[in-house]
Formats: sequence, structure tokens, C-alpha cells
Amino acid sequence: MTGETETTGAFDLVTKIDNNTWEVPMDYKPGMRVPGRIFVSETLMHGLEKQTLDQVANVATLPGIQKYSMAMPDAHLGYGFPIGGVAAFDREEGVISPGGVGFDINCGIRLIRTNLQEEDVRPRIKELMSRLFRDIPSGVGSKSRIRASESELDDAFTHGSRWAVEAGYGVEADIEHCEGSGLIEGADPAQVSAKAHKRGKPQFGTLGSGNHFLEVQYVDKIYDNEVASSFGLKEGQVTIMIHCGSRGAGHQICTDHLRVLSQAVKKYGIDLPDKQLACAPAQSPEAQNYFKAMACGANYAWANRQVITHWTREVFERLFCMDMDDLGMDLVYDVAHNVAKLEEHVIDGKKKEVYVHRKGATRAFPPGHHDVPDAYRAVGQPVLVPGSMGTASYILHGTEAAMDISFGSACHGAGRVMSRARAKHEFYGEDVRKNLEAIGITVKATHPSVIAEEAPGVYKSSSEVVNVMHNIGIAKKVARVLPIGVAKG
Amino acid sequence: MTLPVLNREYEYLEHTADAKFRAYGTTIEKAFQNAAVAMFNAMIDTSTISDEVRERIELTSEDLDGLLVDWLSELLYLFEVEQVVFGQFKVDNITGHDDNYSLSAIACGEPLNLTRHKFDTEVKAVTYNELMVGENKEGWVVQVVVDT
Repeated sequence: MTGETETTGAFDLVTKIDNNTWEVPMDYKPGMRVPGRIFVSETLMHGLEKQTLDQVANVATLPGIQKYSMAMPDAHLGYGFPIGGVAAFDREEGVISPGGVGFDINCGIRLIRTNLQEEDVRPRIKELMSRLFRDIPSGVGSKSRIRASESELDDAFTHGSRWAVEAGYGVEADIEHCEGSGLIEGADPAQVSAKAHKRGKPQFGTLGSGNHFLEVQYVDKIYDNEVASSFGLKEGQVTIMIHCGSRGAGHQICTDHLRVLSQAVKKYGIDLPDKQLACAPAQSPEAQNYFKAMACGANYAWANRQVITHWTREVFERLFCMDMDDLGMDLVYDVAHNVAKLEEHVIDGKKKEVYVHRKGATRAFPPGHHDVPDAYRAVGQPVLVPGSMGTASYILHGTEAAMDISFGSACHGAGRVMSRARAKHEFYGEDVRKNLEAIGITVKATHPSVIAEEAPGVYKSSSEVVNVMHNIGIAKKVARVLPIGVAKG
Repeated sequence: MTLPVLNREYEYLEHTADAKFRAYGTTIEKAFQNAAVAMFNAMIDTSTISDEVRERIELTSEDLDGLLVDWLSELLYLFEVEQVVFGQFKVDNITGHDDNYSLSAIACGEPLNLTRHKFDTEVKAVTYNELMVGENKEGWVVQVVVDT
């Protein structure tokens, strides 16, 4: 079967609501409690796999789901939820599902600004990337420079970013510039198995591999001067983006609780179209124990990104012989991609507490929201959307429309179009590296095939997905950044 | 890297974000064995991995799906925590009925050495998505999607 036949199939199965909104109707699949909503342009809709629609429909069958089962503009096939999937479940009548969070709990992204200009950094980019690559452990099997004790690990599980800052890896301002102050409350390390502790310990302070990266960039375009100035962003300025998650700790937390919840499904008589959507009633002990463990994974990830931020600052300080304050290396913001959170949303005109699951999606809260840091309260939360290696990333801001349309959510990246295996078949890592070098982007990776599987050609265009959000209004464009150097595990 | 040759032991199937494979065996033990090879081969070329380290694995689960996920998850756990790259597997026995299944196996490999071992992909975890353990007239077929 050709790819084309498949995509035409998906296109014919949805109803167009407007240029960027498509509905998966209730009769798409038996048992759907709400329709699906997919936020993509016509071009992106043509590229969507039919199985992604199936996954949107599967999520719509879960008990207590509110309004719609949603997919953000970067949606593609995942396991359980689609990647880019967003769903909110009633606090009492709904469910909590690890399938709506994923294994890499709080895989997320942060943006750090500097006072440096593109021309200050470009001449030294090779040396800079070599040092970042050397000082920040990355790749499969890499071990951290930190030897965390059991109690330090539990503190990180419980306190997230705050633990890292108090242990000397950052400054107080870093904490408030994270989504939720770098913490999901209610974390309980007792719900984290010995196995997850063992996996998490040596990897605390590592970047990981796959799509995780550390990128040195510069701001090449400002779309909204007022908001950009609130975010401290100016044209030509160098920024740093860090993308990583909760490492083996998160993977094991999900594995352990998925196992428990797959049994709970039978106990509570929940009918599932996909075993990966294993879940339990939100207030059941099984779901609450998972939530407490997931919060630990999320907090670990925030602490992990904080430690990596600290080491990044040290590399810059040494190379440019300036201290952090002179370098102006402030954290702009840090957003989570894979989490479930208890939030208040207005549904059918009434305020309601719901568990919002975002799997490969970003929170995008509006101006005036109490959970947006003071510095950004007037303009809305920064929304960070990384492009693929070698392409533009975007900084946007949250809007009131997102609260109405998507439970205050936006997309998390460009979205893959090709499997890693096929990427390695179609691209030769060393060629990709040379091509990027030729356009002024230095890539450091553990070895070439890591570059091949993340080649720019395996992702959708980041500008296309960002424009969809901008046009619907769920997040508005503020600035565009272009890469100069990338470090990958 | 080149993709492993498709053969009756296992094959990789297309999946946009993750790795999906089917493994085969004349017995269920062989199919589970081949699934482990498929998973590690998605990470690294296992053909040169020696068998100097041996780990014995005993597991129980409520059903065959759970047993397959547990088996592969346990190998990932041991890989990360014991720092052993596995390349060969011998599943001795899978028994069970109703809601009580068990597996005993030996996994062989060598200590992780980052200068020698070049990983293509990190397998983060084993999913239940599209999971399949089935028997047909030629033998057993299992299907797994792993998160990469």
C-alpha cells in the first residue's frame, strides 16, 4: 500500500470545521464519548496517518473525558495517546492514564537567554559545542557527574527545581521561571519503586539521547516587540535551548504503574480499545498512586534540566571569561511536554477541576493567569516550540483563546514524519552533519547515526505547525530563533 | 547502519515515532527469545556482543501479554542498572494458565563500554500498544512497539 492511499483515507474520515480545525465524528469508532478535534492545516491533514485518527478516537472512549479528544498541529502516531494529544478528564468521574503522559515523564524544554550576540559566538562555536558536549553527559548509557545519594534523589523527586537550586545548581529566579515553579505538588517517593530509584540515580544530570538536545541559537526575527521585550529577547541575541526529560527514572515509573493500571482496568470494568490506554478512576488508589509517582518523575526532570542549565552556564563563563550576571544567562522559561495536571478550566460555562493530560503538548496559559510568573503575567506564558535539528525554533505566548479551545495547550515541536529506522536508511549521518556545517550549524553527536535519525527531513516543518497555532490563536508568535550549534546524545 | 536482514526470526515494521517489530518462533520460548534480540538490535548491532556476562531471569505475570512486556522491560532495566549490553538470550521455559504465567531465561552479554559500543537508538520502554502474542499453524508470533 502506498503512503498516499493511506493519507487520503485519513482525510476523508474527518469533517472540516474551519481552515485549521477538523473533527473526528462520534461515529468514527464505537464507544466514543466526545468527538475528536485535530488542529492542523489542510497540508498537514493530508500528511496525517489514519492510525493517528484512530488514537484520537480511542482517547475519546475514556470515561469522564471533557469536550473533545484533541490533537495539536504537530500530531503524529504515538502509543496510547497520539503524540500531540491533549485530553481533560473530570476530577471525580474521569480517569488518569499513564498512556496520556508517556514514558518520558516531563520531557520538556527550556530557553536561556544571554547578553551575547551572534557575532560573539559564531567564531568560537566549535570550541563551545565541544565543551558543552564534554561537560554535559549525553547518549545511551552515559553517567552523570553527580553522585546523588538516596535522600538527595528523594528530595529531587519531591521538590523538583527547588532542590537543584538549593543544592547550588542555579539561582532563585530559575524556579519561578518554570511552568508551575518547576514542581508538581503531591509527589510521593514511596510510590517510586526501588528499580526506578536505581535507574534514576546514575542518570541524574544527563541529557539522554534520541530527540533530546542542547542547542545554541540566535534570535533572527521578532514578531511581537512588546512581548519579546517582556521575555527579554532581542534580534541577534544568543539563546540556548535544552530538551530532555526524566531519563530512566521516568521510564521505570511509567512501566511499573502501567502494569498496575492494566490490572486495575479489569477491576473497574473499563473497556479499552488499546491496552496502552490503561487507566483507573481518577480518585482510585491505583490512579492516585500513579499520579504521586508521575509527579516525582516530573520533578526529577525539572531538577535534571536545572543541573544541566548550571553546567551550561559554567561552560559559557569559562569560555567567554565572564560571570553569569555579565553574560545575562537568565532562564526565560521551562515547559513540560509529557504530564498530567490537575487544573481549573471553564467547561460549559462552569469552572471545573480536570486532569489535563498533555502528551507531546505544551501548556499555554494566557495573560492574567495566576500560574504565569509575575514577569509574564501581562503577556501570557512563553510557549517554546523547538524545530528539528538545523531548522528554526519559535517562541510564542499563551492566549485566552487557548483556554477556550484547547484547555490552555499548544504544540510541542515539529512532529516526526518518518521512523528512526527509515531515517537511518534514507540519510547518512555524516552527510547530514556536513550539510548542516555548510549552512553554519555545528553538530556534535556521539556518532553519525544519531544525527541521521534526527535529520531535518524526518520532521514536519516547524513554521507550518507554528502558523497553525498562530492562526487559530491558541499561541501567538513572538520570536524565531535559528541554530548555530547542536549537541546530541 | 544497515537494517538487520529480514528473516524468520524477527522483522521491523514501519512506525513514525517508535520502533515496532514482530518476532517468530516454532515455540513461544523462541518467539520471546527473538523479541529480545529484535529489541537490542534496534539499539546496537548485537552480532559482535560476547556472552561473558550471564544474568538469570525469573518472572511471573497474569497473562502472556504482561509476561512479554515484563521480560523485555526487565532486560532494559538490567541493561541500564547492571550496565550489560545483551546480545544472546535463552528462554528455557514459559508455563502457565488462567492468570498465572512464568518465564525462566538466561540473558548473555558484555559489560557496557562507551568507547566500543555505538548505540543507534535508545529504547526507553516497552509499550502495550499493538501488543500481540499469538499462535498460528507455523508457530508463535509476537508483536511489540517500543518507545524510542
